[in-house]
Amino acid sequence: MKLLREAYYIVLGFLQMLGACGIFLLKLLRFTPQALGRPGLIFQQVFNVGAMSLVLIMVSGLFVGMVLGLQGFNTLNKFAATSALGTVVALSLLRELGPVVTALLFAGRAGTALTSEIGLMRATEQLAGMEMMAVDPIRRVVMPRFLAGVISMPLLVGIFNAVGVLGGYLVGVKLMHVDIASFWSQIHADVDLHEDFRSGVIKSVVFGVACTLIAVFEGFYAQPTAEGVSRATTRTVVNSALAVLALDYLLTAFMF
Amino acid sequence: MANEARKPDDNVIEISGLKYRQGEKRIFNGLDVCIPRGKVTAIMGPSGTGKTTLLRIMTGQVLPDRGRVLVDGKNVPRLSTDALYTLRKEMGFLFQNGALFTDYSVYENVAFPLREHTRLPESLVRQIVLMKLQAVGLRGAWNLMPTELSGGMARRVALARTIVMDPKIIFYDEPFTGLDPISMGVIVRLIRKLNDSLGLTSIIVSHDVAEVSSVSDHSYLISEGKVVAYGTPEELEQNKSAWVRQFMKGLADGPVPFHYPAPALADQLLGGEAG
Repeated sequence: MKLLREAYYIVLGFLQMLGACGIFLLKLLRFTPQALGRPGLIFQQVFNVGAMSLVLIMVSGLFVGMVLGLQGFNTLNKFAATSALGTVVALSLLRELGPVVTALLFAGRAGTALTSEIGLMRATEQLAGMEMMAVDPIRRVVMPRFLAGVISMPLLVGIFNAVGVLGGYLVGVKLMHVDIASFWSQIHADVDLHEDFRSGVIKSVVFGVACTLIAVFEGFYAQPTAEGVSRATTRTVVNSALAVLALDYLLTAFMF
Repeated sequence: MANEARKPDDNVIEISGLKYRQGEKRIFNGLDVCIPRGKVTAIMGPSGTGKTTLLRIMTGQVLPDRGRVLVDGKNVPRLSTDALYTLRKEMGFLFQNGALFTDYSVYENVAFPLREHTRLPESLVRQIVLMKLQAVGLRGAWNLMPTELSGGMARRVALARTIVMDPKIIFYDEPFTGLDPISMGVIVRLIRKLNDSLGLTSIIVSHDVAEVSSVSDHSYLISEGKVVAYGTPEELEQNKSAWVRQFMKGLADGPVPFHYPAPALADQLLGGEAG
């Protein structure tokens, strides 16, 4: 009985957070026209959120691609089908690993930065100060960061995928001597623009919205204390990871 | 002058029947406060009486449970967000810690409200910002970052930012806390000078009796959710009430006891609960 009650409260808490997040998203979207009217603020945040994540994303992409190349080669070699290595690497990245791993890294790198930045602004009364100057912090602080996250994620996923394929190429072709022509031509032949590429883009946009929304939401409603901000930052990573993995399953089930 | 033509009972803020609870704690229980226009009015009281909360209620940052809060004739708790923001353009609020934007320079901090609310050309923004910084004596610090400022300087920059949109009312939240005597003197003089030269209404929340007495026209003493005394600094000085005397003179013992409620000393020392 006690277990049942606890489960009930966990579900209730989850639904409450989902609702609060949704309302926050609506509040944000109300300011879209004003935010788009000041692209300078958005570009500045694209730099903070996206460009500053580039090195992490590229290094991770390279290693993921190299591992895929190695694993794919070992498995395909058993069936003497190593010429399909390019397809294996490219499809794994485009459909799954690119969006998911990038989103998880994004939550860890950019999401935490957003949460702690906004949370600290709350704790040091900078947001209250803005409100007292008749400037809505949701419009001025949160919205540019949210849009920047949503813009950055697909771009980062694209870069992750490109570098990943390159990593697979390095291991497959340069190290394991898979035929270079079949590596690239198989990718060319088997990767479908609509089914594979588009689904990857859709996933990356959805993850971008989810991760950034969670990050700015947690920051904006963080308890204005040192402990409150640190808890909010932790919640950003945990909730983003769960959201990305759950959404990934749903999107995969619908699209393929 | 428009100021002289006004009625003497012309109040810019009128609060009546204010009730506010924070959790189980009752902060205000039927508070009535009037702030006269064009004057420096102080709200004093011991820590934890809700002075800052009162300031936040006046500016619409906190919603009261009951009561009317008229600011310039508008009932603040009932205003829509847009109307509240319009009203706030006439208000300045100096936060205790300054609340400067840490990733902007002094210049950008002061220019912030201008950039958000006006479309002035950069040359004019520059002139206004430098003039306001000149008024607080920090024109030379325009390119410093907030982390490079001392506490007193940060508060003066925040004051320059507060007056940059030429507000009609300025709220000061504990403006003297944590300042050295020189910075304190500077702030005291600035508050008075700005109020008189710009024709503002100033409201100061503080518990620094000496500084407040030197700058304010009237003071409210608040304790346990009610107004205990009201008057000019001289009137409060002459007040016969034991509580007011204890507060104004900073006596350790009086109606507010020095000791937190405790069992008899002998009982506790000779093997009581905390013995």
